[in-house]
Amino acid sequence: MVTIETPRSPRSRKHAQWEKWGWLYMRYSGAVLLILIFGHIVINLLSGEGIKQIDFAFVAGKWASPFWQVYDVLMLWLALIHGTNGMRTIVNDYTERETVRKALNYTLWIVCGLLIVLGTLVCVTFDPCIDQAMRASLEVCKG
Amino acid sequence: MPTKPAGTLYRGKTGMWSWVLHRITGVAIFFFLLVHTLDTALVRVSPEAYNAVINTYKTPIIGLAELGLVAALLFHGLNGVRVMLIDFWRKGSKYQNVMFWIVIGIAFILFLGFAPRHLMHVFG
Repeated sequence: MVTIETPRSPRSRKHAQWEKWGWLYMRYSGAVLLILIFGHIVINLLSGEGIKQIDFAFVAGKWASPFWQVYDVLMLWLALIHGTNGMRTIVNDYTERETVRKALNYTLWIVCGLLIVLGTLVCVTFDPCIDQAMRASLEVCKG
Repeated sequence: MPTKPAGTLYRGKTGMWSWVLHRITGVAIFFFLLVHTLDTALVRVSPEAYNAVINTYKTPIIGLAELGLVAALLFHGLNGVRVMLIDFWRKGSKYQNVMFWIVIGIAFILFLGFAPRHLMHVFG
């Protein structure tokens, strides 16, 4: 059983400030994600042929526009940090040993950081010309 | 006689169960997000690798799982609005129970809008 020895002892001021920013982040990022993710579902899964239309050419078509690149990178950052912070809250609630709690939280943030770097690089360095059909048809792939 | 807890929004009934559902759907969406970031990263490897993996999303079983994903997203997103209203709106906590059922109602309607079209794409 977990015993909470001093439930009323306050957190350090710095820690409390940090938690407040996390709390606010969940709400503000959540509001933006609501629009971004539902927009993502409408464009990718409802319009046209839905899931059947998704392939390399579909992604290339979207990322030819800086609008969708910014849209997707923003969604990636907001969602991964939102999700990781939510998982951190759950880890803090259910772990009993401090070492386990710390290990899980470090793991979460390392994975979050790696996926943000990976996803951002994939989007900004995307090259449609690695596809043979695109190389033959796209102006940007010639010359 | 134990006294009935008063003013505990997150204990019992819709206040508690919405919190439980919010957690479960959140964890499920988080793990999908990890996978989805990795499968999308394959566009930087080769068109063949990306297409091969994304084609599994078009199979009947995963196609049905996507209905679950969208249902989870609808609940989590709309209940998130309810949480914001509870926290930021003066009368939020007073109307939290009715807002829960509004969330379920809107999620259900939007799901009914999504599901047939998605099933047509998957099985059509």
